[in-house]
Amino acid sequence: MYETNYHRASSVQEAVQMMGAAAEGKYLSGGMTIIPTMRQRLAAPSDLIDLRHIAEMKGIAVDGRSVRIGAATTHEEVATSAALAAVCPALCGLAGHIGDPAVRHMGTIGGSIANNDPAADYPAAMLGLDAVIVTDRREIMAGDFFTGLFETALEEGEIITAVRFETPAKAAYRKFPNPASRYAMTGVFVARRDNGDVRVAVTGAGSNGVFRHSGLEAALSANWSPDAVANVTVDASDLLADLHASAAYRANLVKVMTKRAVAAA
Amino acid sequence: MAKITMTVNGRQVSGVCDDRTLLVHFIRENLGLTGTHVGCDTSQCGACVIHMDGQSVKSCSILAAQAAGSSITTIEGLAQNGELHPVQAAFKAHHGLQCGFCTPGMVMTAVDMIRRHGSDLDEATVRAELEGNICRCTGYHNIVKAILAAVHETGGVRQAAE
Amino acid sequence: MGVDGIGARVARKEDRRFLTGKGRYTDDMSVPGMKYAVFVRSPHAHATITGIDSTAAKAMPGVIDVLDGKQLLADGIGNLICGWMIHSKDGSPMKMGAWRPLADRTVRYVGDAVAIVVADSVAEARDAAEAVVVDYDLLPVVTDPVQALAEGQPQLHPEAPNNLIFDWELGDAGAVDRALGAAAHVTELKIYNNRLSPNPMEPRATLGIYDAGDDHYTCYTTSQNPHLARLVMSAFYNVAPENKLRVIAPDVGGGFGSKIYIYPEEIVCLWASKRTGVPVKWTSDRTEAFLTDAHGRDHVSTVKMAFDAGNRITALKVDTIANLGAYMSLFSSCVPTYLYATLLSGQYDIPAIHANVRTVYTNTAPVDAYRGAGRPEATYLLERTMETAARELGISPAELRRSNFIRSFPHQTPVIMNYDAGDYEASLNAAMTAADWNGFAARKAEAERRGMKRGIGMSCYIEACGLAPSAAVGSLGAGVGLWESAEVRVNMVGTIEVMTGSHSHGQGHETTFAQLVADRFGVPIDSVNIVHGDTDKVQMGMGTYGSRSGAVGMSAIVKALDKIEVKAKRIAAHLMEADENDIVFEDGSLKVAGTDKAVPWSQLALSAYTAHNLPPGMEPGLKEGAFYDPANFTFPAGCYICEVEVDPETGRTKIVQFVAADDFGNVINPMIVEGQVHGGVAQGIGQALLEGVYYDDSGQLLTASYMDYAMPRADDLPSFKVSTSNTPCPNNPLGIKGCGEAGAIGSPPALINAITDAIGNNALTMPATPEKVWAAAQAAN
Repeated sequence: MYETNYHRASSVQEAVQMMGAAAEGKYLSGGMTIIPTMRQRLAAPSDLIDLRHIAEMKGIAVDGRSVRIGAATTHEEVATSAALAAVCPALCGLAGHIGDPAVRHMGTIGGSIANNDPAADYPAAMLGLDAVIVTDRREIMAGDFFTGLFETALEEGEIITAVRFETPAKAAYRKFPNPASRYAMTGVFVARRDNGDVRVAVTGAGSNGVFRHSGLEAALSANWSPDAVANVTVDASDLLADLHASAAYRANLVKVMTKRAVAAA
Repeated sequence: MAKITMTVNGRQVSGVCDDRTLLVHFIRENLGLTGTHVGCDTSQCGACVIHMDGQSVKSCSILAAQAAGSSITTIEGLAQNGELHPVQAAFKAHHGLQCGFCTPGMVMTAVDMIRRHGSDLDEATVRAELEGNICRCTGYHNIVKAILAAVHETGGVRQAAE
Repeated sequence: MGVDGIGARVARKEDRRFLTGKGRYTDDMSVPGMKYAVFVRSPHAHATITGIDSTAAKAMPGVIDVLDGKQLLADGIGNLICGWMIHSKDGSPMKMGAWRPLADRTVRYVGDAVAIVVADSVAEARDAAEAVVVDYDLLPVVTDPVQALAEGQPQLHPEAPNNLIFDWELGDAGAVDRALGAAAHVTELKIYNNRLSPNPMEPRATLGIYDAGDDHYTCYTTSQNPHLARLVMSAFYNVAPENKLRVIAPDVGGGFGSKIYIYPEEIVCLWASKRTGVPVKWTSDRTEAFLTDAHGRDHVSTVKMAFDAGNRITALKVDTIANLGAYMSLFSSCVPTYLYATLLSGQYDIPAIHANVRTVYTNTAPVDAYRGAGRPEATYLLERTMETAARELGISPAELRRSNFIRSFPHQTPVIMNYDAGDYEASLNAAMTAADWNGFAARKAEAERRGMKRGIGMSCYIEACGLAPSAAVGSLGAGVGLWESAEVRVNMVGTIEVMTGSHSHGQGHETTFAQLVADRFGVPIDSVNIVHGDTDKVQMGMGTYGSRSGAVGMSAIVKALDKIEVKAKRIAAHLMEADENDIVFEDGSLKVAGTDKAVPWSQLALSAYTAHNLPPGMEPGLKEGAFYDPANFTFPAGCYICEVEVDPETGRTKIVQFVAADDFGNVINPMIVEGQVHGGVAQGIGQALLEGVYYDDSGQLLTASYMDYAMPRADDLPSFKVSTSNTPCPNNPLGIKGCGEAGAIGSPPALINAITDAIGNNALTMPATPEKVWAAAQAAN
């Protein structure tokens, strides 16, 4: 790891000030991605501003079908929230399968979303749930937030403070993990609204990061059934290919995971 | 350079280290507690698992500075008054270790697993919960057996984190 | 059997320290004034070094010094060598290219060490390593072993035209060709044995300490054989003479073969300690381990197996190309030859066998022994071929094997080995019963109703262990003898210390070896200490690999115990005024048989040292040493059955049952033996299902961390059903065959046979990743 300077913020305002004073600062939440990345000398922020001790960024609030999750809420807290499980068990299940238990004790929803790893799970949920990403200065629709591989709409120094969404009528997430890293080789979050609108958000497979699949959404809007997936074509040309899976195989997994998510929802 | 203070195995300790120092290196080198190991660079093997404020964490993916002010338990702090913790005893009774390198992390993960799941633990859950701990010697067979035996031994009581 | 004796499931003595964080591994060692090393490594797979500028690096904070290969050469440190001479079939010796511990002119794989930086901290050393400027002229690269042999390919070493190290053969080619010509059926296959990274969880590490006062070196290292390390570093690498070099391998966190070899880092850290005047510690990170730990396997083979009309095997013909990487590692040459082709008879009575093996240089990390070493490659080839033949012939795979088993012993194979004992049908029957083989059809039908494809596969393996009779291996080219040594020291109060040349890095020697002693003298196991891993404490040793510690290491202890017993009985007879032939060990005492006269063991020990009343002419003391050189290899064998369910939509394979039925000869501690099988099977399943080392065409390693190299995790594996049906080995005093490698040898073909059975397509290579299985299942439809 290259040299860096650590700062601990106690409020959002203080964190923004610390970032303003830093040469090339980076926010640090659970650190489950940034610290290993820095260990391998693949990132070299001059300053790290720790958000883990900011009380206002923590906690899960459920009000009817409105859910608000503080950005510094850990995966473990999301996975085990009884209040959330009552209205959106799909998100609890997703959080409970991110990384491993030790990672879930540190990693946070805000950190995951801000990093936007193309194989991360939360971006699919945010897109599938049509969530709003709340920052220190504005609100951004998930559809506008994830802009590319490790790229988001966040501006210089902007902090995600929370996410909020209205719970859908049905939702589920299914992923096929990479056998080595256990990140999603393909993960699909499906959600169906009371009005019949369907979202199918895919992570781990897109060459430009998380995306919605319009063909699958159309088919499932017409017929909310696992069988509806069969006749949809998933174009492999936009999908990732690597050592572990070709684009054609990922295209298959998109359909299979979608089918299984619908069956589970 | 920063002076860092934390509670480790019930005792308040402090040390001076670079801001870039990982918690695992602070524990091993500043505190001389070499039971916590480093087996990979990518936060996957789990040889470095300790408890921070009552929860299992990977000390290779946390800066020492992040842990300042927290309460840490390492493998050295698990046995009390010379008596092995029931999980340690079960690993011994069921041959849940061979070379011993992954063992501290395995044991700390197992203790945390039992804390959260109690008697709900079955073989499939234990195996899933071990995703972040790699063992090359045992094929996990006897580790799983030891953890399930320890659940039985401890009465499978769930506990909240501190 | 006593509670602690031979055959008892004794909990391990060493566990307490590992379970309480008190294990002492090399990276845990710290000495006053110690500094930290980081190696500058080549980022290129093949290049000429045109210059190294370390001026800026030397000026950085905390840096003690930066040393390079020219300085190492100037100080007379020698080349790394391969210690087993193989001759090509034309009689020419193998073509060993120079391997410098720090490359001075040419780098030949990504990770080749170029310079060492010594600094106050690892972080500062790494900062400085990045500031060392190395100028490279890039050379063309070849990573594929088949391609490397072709004309016009990049050449790695001037000594080895066309990158060919040797072209070796074993067996009677004429007889095999005649049998193939006369065969009723010939099964032909192309077999890939995938390249693996051993991945002990403890990364390699070393601490070099030069003491200028005594002109003496101490080397802490993660080694499976510290004495061999001392020998090689003294005799070949000119680091220091043996009497000036102490090698200590303390607790070692797994080896699996990868810690047999003496790597550049130990040598360079010792040398750097002298050059800098400070103790120098280096610890590998995981990516360095993937880059530089010797890899395993990596064979490409074609096989032809001939059958007569009665489905009896009449001949086997094998052609293998083995990738040895950029340099010849210490035992690399014997792995694809005498540890491979000599096992191609398997459990079968095959009249004629011929194997041709070509070994090749490529721009990849060196390849050497990994758990099983040659024997997994032989078993995989043979057992995939048997399964394929059974399918082609339309008969049960179990019956094809059964009808070709060797049934009388000793049995001389056409490929050197003389099998001493075994009962292959017993293992086959035990495995089939444990697996409920006959109930498979019903389970398959039930799985089909759930949309799952269920398959079953078996593998009958044999291996040669207990390495090795020195005269035999000497005649085949080994540079050392493969005996083992032991010294038994009975202390004055009767406690016992056993100094052994075997090394435990997970195998539990501190327990099993103590069981042997406790059993022999009826003393409590806690009064026995096993001392190993330190060349200053243990007289001599050859270390632990090739499942040799029980069959060879313990046999040496038995020989020393024999001498102790003789002397103890003579003293006891003298003290009790009895005939020494009437003295027996009973309940911790030496007794005169049939009387109530007895001398407690502790009193006998004291008498030996007080020496007030010894038989006339007897030397005081009770301490004996012995060397044991085995009479033959040992031949563990067994049958493994794997049952899988494949999800045809994703290609994901779930192992629903894994049965291992082994014949290990006599067993000292069944709990530890079962643990060895579990671990070996897991590694074999890893090879078959998950693991693979891949380089791209430019020689960059694609699988350099656990993000890309798939290690078996707990949820990849089932609980295993293991059992043994043992025939004692007639060639060593304990009747032990060895159990360390069996699991890794026997399991890969069982798993691949099961998957190919499930999907109805025999064309599948290891690792059987979800995508490959999915594609193969699609192709079968």
